[in-house]
Amino acid sequence: MSTVDTLSTAEGPASARPATKSQGGGFARYLLVRFLLIFPTIFILVTLVFFLMRTTGDPITAAQGGRLSPEALAELRAAAGYDRPLLIQYLEYLSRIAVFDFGSTLTTNRPVIDVLLTYGPATFELVFYSLIIAFAVGIPLGLAAAYYRDKAPDAFFRVLAIFWYAVPIFFAGLLLKLVFAVWLKWLPVAGRASVGAELQMQALPNKTGFYTIDAIMTGNPAVLGDVLSHVVLPGIALGLLTAGIFLRLVRTNVIGTLSTDYVDAARSRGVAESRLLRKHAYRPALIPIITVIGLQIALLLAGAVLTETTFEWKGLGFALAEFLESRDFVAVQGIVVLLAIIVALTNFIVDIIAAFIDPRVRF
Amino acid sequence: MTAASTTVSAAPKRRLRDRLPVVHQVRQSVGLQRGMLVAGLVMMGVFILTSFLAPLLAPYGFAQRKVDGVAFGTQQPPSIEHPFGTTVGGYDVLSRVIWGTQTAIIVIVVAVLLSIFIGVALGLYSGYFGGWLDRVLVVVCDAIYAFPSLLLAIVLSIVISGGQSDLWGGVLAAAGSITVVFIPQYFRVIRAETVRIKAEAYVESAKVLGASNTRVVFKHVLRNATRTLPLIITLNSSEAILTMAALGFLGFGIEPTAAAEWGYDLNKAQSDVTSGIWWTALFPGLAIVFTVLGITLVGESLNDLADPRLRGRRRVAKAAGQVAETSVVPGGTLVAGPGGLAGLEDGETFDEHGIEVKP
Repeated sequence: MSTVDTLSTAEGPASARPATKSQGGGFARYLLVRFLLIFPTIFILVTLVFFLMRTTGDPITAAQGGRLSPEALAELRAAAGYDRPLLIQYLEYLSRIAVFDFGSTLTTNRPVIDVLLTYGPATFELVFYSLIIAFAVGIPLGLAAAYYRDKAPDAFFRVLAIFWYAVPIFFAGLLLKLVFAVWLKWLPVAGRASVGAELQMQALPNKTGFYTIDAIMTGNPAVLGDVLSHVVLPGIALGLLTAGIFLRLVRTNVIGTLSTDYVDAARSRGVAESRLLRKHAYRPALIPIITVIGLQIALLLAGAVLTETTFEWKGLGFALAEFLESRDFVAVQGIVVLLAIIVALTNFIVDIIAAFIDPRVRF
Repeated sequence: MTAASTTVSAAPKRRLRDRLPVVHQVRQSVGLQRGMLVAGLVMMGVFILTSFLAPLLAPYGFAQRKVDGVAFGTQQPPSIEHPFGTTVGGYDVLSRVIWGTQTAIIVIVVAVLLSIFIGVALGLYSGYFGGWLDRVLVVVCDAIYAFPSLLLAIVLSIVISGGQSDLWGGVLAAAGSITVVFIPQYFRVIRAETVRIKAEAYVESAKVLGASNTRVVFKHVLRNATRTLPLIITLNSSEAILTMAALGFLGFGIEPTAAAEWGYDLNKAQSDVTSGIWWTALFPGLAIVFTVLGITLVGESLNDLADPRLRGRRRVAKAAGQVAETSVVPGGTLVAGPGGLAGLEDGETFDEHGIEVKP
């Protein structure tokens, strides 16, 4: 219900495009400026991460330190170019990032971009499902809380939202696992699919890495069921954290719009309360909500790291944790920088959507 | 705007009871709001008391594995000797939960103090003097702000402790990495307030009277710019605990012999859960939830009381004080994205003191 609402609102202005075309110049300019703003953000983060990681020494010493003789270590460092001045290394790193070369991992000697392609779809899938749960839970409850403002349901939902925020995602994950997977045995404990299903999907000629899509392509409902049953617990663990945030967001903004004159006017015209809430108060409140969702992507990705570790969900966060464990800091740096780019791009897209819906954002 | 602030500064001193930050809010709140605030305060009280009384309350030391030469045993279910059972490493769960409050408090205090000092100093400088440094700082802080804070914390804890740690190494790694994530928040708030206050008549008159920049900044600007700080401190404290626990869970925790840390215990409890052992994960986790819940309830209530859009309707007029500048709890109040939301809430951007309520 609520997701449908969101979609229709997001698409609404798109279909009404000819109307906005008269101000197309303003929008194009905003688009360009906002796009150019991505680069300083990424540049700053890349620089920050690079110099921070290097203050501890070079990655080879960190990974091999103690295991090799000093001579062998020095040889390796020279071969990788870590004995050159830091500034040269930095400039080289920047120029390689510019062509999307994020270096190779030390432990497995794979290009970092390869790691992204292998593990990225899993993280994307997890974030996607948890967003669905967050929307499906957060928005209706937020609307209800705003409507029953300062009454019992409001109190309950707000405390619930704070509670979801207060429960660390990995603790929620462990509890869900304990109750639903270990004790009740309703759902699988960990992983993205069981071995049998995974084998069937591996056999596909053009597999995508998105297990949901792959499972559909196998044409075997059992495989799809298996994949979906694996996503339930991690999706809930990550989704509820975000649902709490959406709940509060919707509540705050809808309370704001519920007290406007046009809602009073509509009410006096005899518009039904439910329609009042869904159309008159919720729609205008949606714009700030969409913008804030952009900021939540950062939080979602951090949450994904923890969720993936908890559920052995083989995504980017899981890979990151493994590389951290093996002290492969080239890989860590590569993944962190990649995630920075993803966050910057997502924020860009969300800002554009918000500007598209609401001309006031563009100035 | 000017008139309103001069009334504030010219007003006679309020009674101490009204000036204490939290007491004032408790008196201002009504009904549910008061319930949440008081519940949060009680939980925070329990947390702080526990940390001070840990040596008395905890049955064993946090790194103790045997008593009278007899080992506790590993993964023992709850019993009279060990009400919360023992961990896979053979520690008493109850003792580690209790001692964990101390580690949490230390991390909160160090992290919040560090980020306040640095964030406030940068914010004051940036807002008051402006110039190219201001612009650079704003862009850098925005970049950090938009980035997953946990990832930054991971990078920093690699830098600070190399990933393994004794008590102070671990505390500094956790606190330091949290600090960097928090600085932009203090920076933003203080900078915005400074820019606003700089234009006030009393700052101008101080300058005309020949006051030095240092005097103006510390005497006039700083004093008036700090009103939102208690709120941010509360909200940051809960975030500090969550970040430390997350770092611990990812294996960047403090060694069990150096201090008790809940995140580390949860990390070690992961495999227990799969085999149905619940007590090693449940109790440290509940400790985190309890602490964060308490602090967040207080922070949220302060936030709501300060936000004119959310304040209980009956006592709106009596409210004084804080500005809802916080974008600290995600989704707590309206946050402007990089695209900006200025102008979205016409008529709602000024509170009763004429202070602009805008992130």
